[in-house]
Amino acid sequence: MTLLPYFAAGAAFGFVLVEAEVVSWFRIQEMFRFDAFHMYGIIGSAVFTAAVSLVVIKHLGLRGGDGTPLGLAPKTLGTGARYAVGGTMFGLGWALTGACPGPLVALVAAGRPVMLVAVLSALAGTWTYGMLRPKLPH
Amino acid sequence: MSQLIPHPLPWYVAGPLIGLVVPILLLLGNKPFGISSNFRHMCAAVAPCGIEFFCHDWKRVGGWNLVFLLGLFTGAAAAWQFAPPPAIDVSPHTVSALHGLGLNDLSGMAPREVFAWTSVLTVKGFVSMVIGGFLVGFGTAYAGGCTSGHAIAGLADFQPASLVAVCGFFAGGLVGTFLLLPLVLR
Repeated sequence: MTLLPYFAAGAAFGFVLVEAEVVSWFRIQEMFRFDAFHMYGIIGSAVFTAAVSLVVIKHLGLRGGDGTPLGLAPKTLGTGARYAVGGTMFGLGWALTGACPGPLVALVAAGRPVMLVAVLSALAGTWTYGMLRPKLPH
Repeated sequence: MSQLIPHPLPWYVAGPLIGLVVPILLLLGNKPFGISSNFRHMCAAVAPCGIEFFCHDWKRVGGWNLVFLLGLFTGAAAAWQFAPPPAIDVSPHTVSALHGLGLNDLSGMAPREVFAWTSVLTVKGFVSMVIGGFLVGFGTAYAGGCTSGHAIAGLADFQPASLVAVCGFFAGGLVGTFLLLPLVLR
């Protein structure tokens, strides 16, 4: 099955999110209150590892099965409005739920099934964005 | 199995493991790391195609990512079942701040006084779960990414748009923590 490796990678990611307590509402509170290094260490070393990997992949000139170079598509900054406004809205939600999207879903499986309410609400939020999209500044 | 894993898994182990997801997804099929896209794919799967944002071929574009998310759910369930983290050793500063907000039970992965089925229709439960969840879904779709897509993959790729988004994440997070939570929880 071609999709099985994605399942395995996701499972490893979900396992680490729980064991490192990234899914914990309390760890997110510590982070926003600047009371602990844990989350900054995780995000910082994740960015560092990913950045080094991307440089190596580029340096080796690795290509996918269809011949396109491996890498992330550049995002258009434009006025930056969508990133600033959308980002701030997500940040508010991150503080309130204590979880970003991955941990939100992980929490449903990690002892807080009631987080399903927040996941369904997130889907409603994305749907509402899709509906309003033509009217919003980007 | 809980005893075999130090808790929390140290940041210098967890961070690099999470960072490795970026090259692994590229090597598997040139796919970009990003969890919040799944909200869009799920909307496309269930909502009728009257909205342009959900008119994409979600199975072809997002099938792999939905499977990744299913894996995440399964991995989290396995971790919780076989190696649940013990009571979280929260920083004393945060503990006293949370006590000040009226939260006394700091066990588990989220405060029971807020995140419980019986709290969904109370002010603190509704704002935290329903409004908070809505903002997560709306904000990540608007910003085109969340912590995985912007803060990890985007920053690692030196994308200016992701830096703007991450500044927004933190601005919102600080306002939420220091202005909204005291209003909501008390």
